[in-house]
Amino acid sequence: MLTLTDSVTAPLLAAVVTLPLLAAVVLLLLPRGPESTRTAGRIGVAVTGAVLLGTLLLAAAFDRGAADRPQAVTDVAWVPAFGVRLHLGVDGISLPLLVLTALLCLLCAVHVLRRPPAGEGGAGPRGLVALLLVLETGTLATFAALNLILFFLAFETVLIPMYFVISRWGGAERAAAAWKFVLYTLLGSVVMLLGFLLVGLQAGTFDMVVLAEAHGDGLSRTTQILAVLAIGIGLAVKTPMWPLHSWLPDAHTAAPTVGSVLLAGVLLKFGTYGLVRIVLPVAPEGIHFFAPYLAAFAVTGIIYGSLACLALVRAGAGGDLKRLIAYSSVGHMGFVLLGIATLTPTGVNGALFANIAHGVITALLFLLAGAVRERTGTTDLDRLAEHGGGARLYGRAPRLGALLAFTAVASLGLPGLAGFWGELLAMLGAFNPAEGLSRPVFVVCLALAGLGTLLTAAYLLQVVRRVCAGTSPDPAPATADDARPGAHGATPAPATDAGTIPAATGTATGAAAATGAATATATGTATAAPPGEAVRQPDLPDLHRDESALLLPLAALTLLIGLWPALLLRLTDPAVQLLLEGVGR
Amino acid sequence: MSLVQTIDWIALAPPTVVAITAVAVLLTDLFLPEERKRHLGTIAAAGLALALLTLLPLHRGDRTSFCLADRSEVCSYSADTFAVVIQLIVLGGALIAALLTLPELARQRGDDTTGALPRGEFWFLLLASASGAALLPAARDLATLVLAMEVTTLPAYALVALRRGDRLGPEAALKFFLTSVVATAVTLLGISFVYAGSGSLFLGGIADGLAGADPALDALIRAGVVLTLVGFAFKTAAVPFHFWVPDTYLGAPLPVAAYLSVVSKTAGLAGLILVTSMAFADLGGVWGPVLAVLAGLTMTAGNVAALRTRPDGDRSTVRLLAWSSVAQAGYLLVPLAAAGYASDADGRSTAIGATVAYAVMYAVVNLGTFAVAVHVAERAGRHRLTDHRGLHDRNPLTALALGFFLLCLAGLPPGLAGLFAKIAVIRAAVEAELAVLAVVAAVNVVIALVYYLRWAALLFRPAAPRGAAAAEVGAETGPAAAGAGQAGVAAGTGTAAAPGTAAAGASDATDAPVALAERFPPAADREPRPGAPIAVAIAVTALLALALSVAPQLMLGLTAAGTLF
Repeated sequence: MLTLTDSVTAPLLAAVVTLPLLAAVVLLLLPRGPESTRTAGRIGVAVTGAVLLGTLLLAAAFDRGAADRPQAVTDVAWVPAFGVRLHLGVDGISLPLLVLTALLCLLCAVHVLRRPPAGEGGAGPRGLVALLLVLETGTLATFAALNLILFFLAFETVLIPMYFVISRWGGAERAAAAWKFVLYTLLGSVVMLLGFLLVGLQAGTFDMVVLAEAHGDGLSRTTQILAVLAIGIGLAVKTPMWPLHSWLPDAHTAAPTVGSVLLAGVLLKFGTYGLVRIVLPVAPEGIHFFAPYLAAFAVTGIIYGSLACLALVRAGAGGDLKRLIAYSSVGHMGFVLLGIATLTPTGVNGALFANIAHGVITALLFLLAGAVRERTGTTDLDRLAEHGGGARLYGRAPRLGALLAFTAVASLGLPGLAGFWGELLAMLGAFNPAEGLSRPVFVVCLALAGLGTLLTAAYLLQVVRRVCAGTSPDPAPATADDARPGAHGATPAPATDAGTIPAATGTATGAAAATGAATATATGTATAAPPGEAVRQPDLPDLHRDESALLLPLAALTLLIGLWPALLLRLTDPAVQLLLEGVGR
Repeated sequence: MSLVQTIDWIALAPPTVVAITAVAVLLTDLFLPEERKRHLGTIAAAGLALALLTLLPLHRGDRTSFCLADRSEVCSYSADTFAVVIQLIVLGGALIAALLTLPELARQRGDDTTGALPRGEFWFLLLASASGAALLPAARDLATLVLAMEVTTLPAYALVALRRGDRLGPEAALKFFLTSVVATAVTLLGISFVYAGSGSLFLGGIADGLAGADPALDALIRAGVVLTLVGFAFKTAAVPFHFWVPDTYLGAPLPVAAYLSVVSKTAGLAGLILVTSMAFADLGGVWGPVLAVLAGLTMTAGNVAALRTRPDGDRSTVRLLAWSSVAQAGYLLVPLAAAGYASDADGRSTAIGATVAYAVMYAVVNLGTFAVAVHVAERAGRHRLTDHRGLHDRNPLTALALGFFLLCLAGLPPGLAGLFAKIAVIRAAVEAELAVLAVVAAVNVVIALVYYLRWAALLFRPAAPRGAAAAEVGAETGPAAAGAGQAGVAAGTGTAAAPGTAAAGASDATDAPVALAERFPPAADREPRPGAPIAVAIAVTALLALALSVAPQLMLGLTAAGTLF
């Protein structure tokens, strides 16, 4: 492909990481006013677009023949007293994650520009864009950092912005959810810091490349076990691993669409990426000790996540679509953890593949859930599946429904789509785990994970059936329903449409003095009046062009890496072989 | 051998300049007519600034004075790097505290009205205390050390109670005074024990004397060491010697509370460092565990109490800052405790460097927080945390600065200065294999985040609306809705979808203009920018905090072995 020397790509990587932060500072200092709202959105799109271009350029210039060593390396002393260096670089493991981050951030910026969410007390999109940009810098830096303290710093950088995104632009219960998110994650990451300090002080360096090459030499077995425990807890909270997952459903349910997309798409990957990048090579003996436990927790997460989703999808359970996607993340990340726990190249490659696939598919699911909520005013599954009043996407918004079904099927791991390969490889790894690990334990885990895939398929298909399919309302009761004002509750979007038009005409004809009650009656009659059409629910607006522009790239990516998994595996495999060298010994 | 000591006045300049300014201010006060007394503040601030300048020639940290005539390496006064850094903190802190007081004293009409601060006395006491605090880190014998500590503390009692006609002040000062005097008495007792065991008052001499002490005196020496620490622990407000803190801060004028929380605390900490690391260097087994327990208790108790502060209570800002300063004292003690476990002088130096680095960060950031709090209190007057609501709408830069300070105190990005200082502290604990203390410190970071972030989040929330409905209308229509009637129609139709709310809709419509006016106040109603001295204080502390965040090496360089002494 493109050949660029390190002297070009290194500054490019540094620029890609720092550009969003600089833009965020500029945004915060921008003079305020109505026009800055629009400018902010445009700046956000421009900057995230530039970052995506930068990462694509990096990907094009990436030397696939040497995917196991960091490229585009910047290594500058920052805090000599602690051996903290600004050490950045990409290898085959981090490159796909960098591109995914840049892509999702761009999609989020476009989403904010086109559909600015209303924040608490009329908070405009300017703050949201600035926070998104800080999140982008933190995420990119986490994936590019090659120094333990720098990694920790980047890991922590996303906390405060995400707290504000949830607590100011979120939905119901956002305050509690934001606190839960920030406190859980911080508690995990301070424990992780203790582990980093333990490793760094014993080994005498915080440089991840040097530490990885040492494969645990210079660290006693006790130190390694303690370090893996401490670092692992921090990463497991972020992943999230059952039973440390309980912050996730609340955060996802309360977060605005862009928050959920970034949280599920990239922030959760910090945990699994950290396990592969830091724990596996730095403390091989430690992770060898914990691998069976990790596998057990992973399959518990898979089963637990699927059962929780099955409970949510039941009719009458009052389940929330976003909450369901969140719990499904617990299950999917369980597969990732299982793959890592096998300590085999197959399993770890599968885990990294599933990581990316989950990022793409879940981001798509959250964007679709946001689109459904925009149209129907709710993500409550019972109301979406309500007899006669539900979403019935196949009938009312066929393209949206089809895309939702496609994504759900991808998520349950249909061969040929992105969700398949990662889980397959993870389970294949579990069938034949690394030397020294108890094979029976892993085979039991494999069986349970297999059961998990069945359960996953069960709940996702039910979601599709309840949200996309459904009966059209019977003519007679529908009229009665429509006359009752409560019927509008089920479908607020059309109700508002219908309600504002008569109100506007009312104003125009000089009936502005009419009380609200009169308007309500007028609305009722307006919808109920034409007898022939009253039986038909109004069509939901199908995908707009700008929404398609957001969703189709992700859908195409799902298909692409599903059909051509070598695209990713060729990148990750050399690096994984290198990182795992110490484990087998 | 000459009987006349040569005195290095350049080394002595920082405390001397402050002391001379103090006397000058007191004398000038007698002759200045009432309307020109505001110049006293200028003189005081200029004196402190001059004292800061005199630190410049000392930056190499190699000057000494008052040495023994026959053994020139044993000195009572040493301007080494440690002393210079601590002097920088205390003099800078005193200068910022002075800047924070200037606007109030400039507005004040006469010194005798209720609530007034007598100006001459105020500046004299502040400068006197600062001169003691500047002397303390350079003192190298126990007599000078105790003397300097009392010079630092005695004027502070009076400062707390200085406001005329105030009920809280005298009570707070009395509490402060009584507990402090008891602590000093205990310290003196400890020093006498130590003197009995070692036969010297010089810090270096004590270390030598204790090494060759009669084993029969062992118990006496151990008791002496622990008792000596009590007085200094009191000044740093370590649990269980912290009970004076909340009451004293609440009763004192806000800038005086800032002074106590930074200057007084740093001076006490410096004394603690000198005594432990120089005089009792080889007795780390005695004071290390004591300090480790104190550190853990202090940060936990301070954080839990800060967590329980109700944000809407009167003076809740001060209460929170008081408890947060107790908690921060715990972090300051962690590396010091770790120094007790260090095996050699280099290990001790590294650990103490972490404490000093944390003290630098804490001083800058805490003074900045107080500066913004003084500014907000000028408008609201009741020192409530909820007064900070909507500060970002009224005054974006100030709000961003305060948010940055608070995140530095919490130790989370973007407050990198605080983050690195916390890493330094926890690293010292890990290095000394104090696993429990390291975990306690780490968990406390999480507890502290709750109240710092709660405060920071308040800044960016919209100013308190009258009712939720009104706020929603304001939010939906936005600033562009010039015609409030339109907003009324929107509200009417919006609520009419639910039955029987026509009346509510109508009342929403009438509320809408009010809500809009509240959310977008005309320019005249906006909070005035901070006055010049406070703006300078905020800007200086914010820039320093930013510098420490971008280049943490500035403070962490102190952790390199052998830098300080």
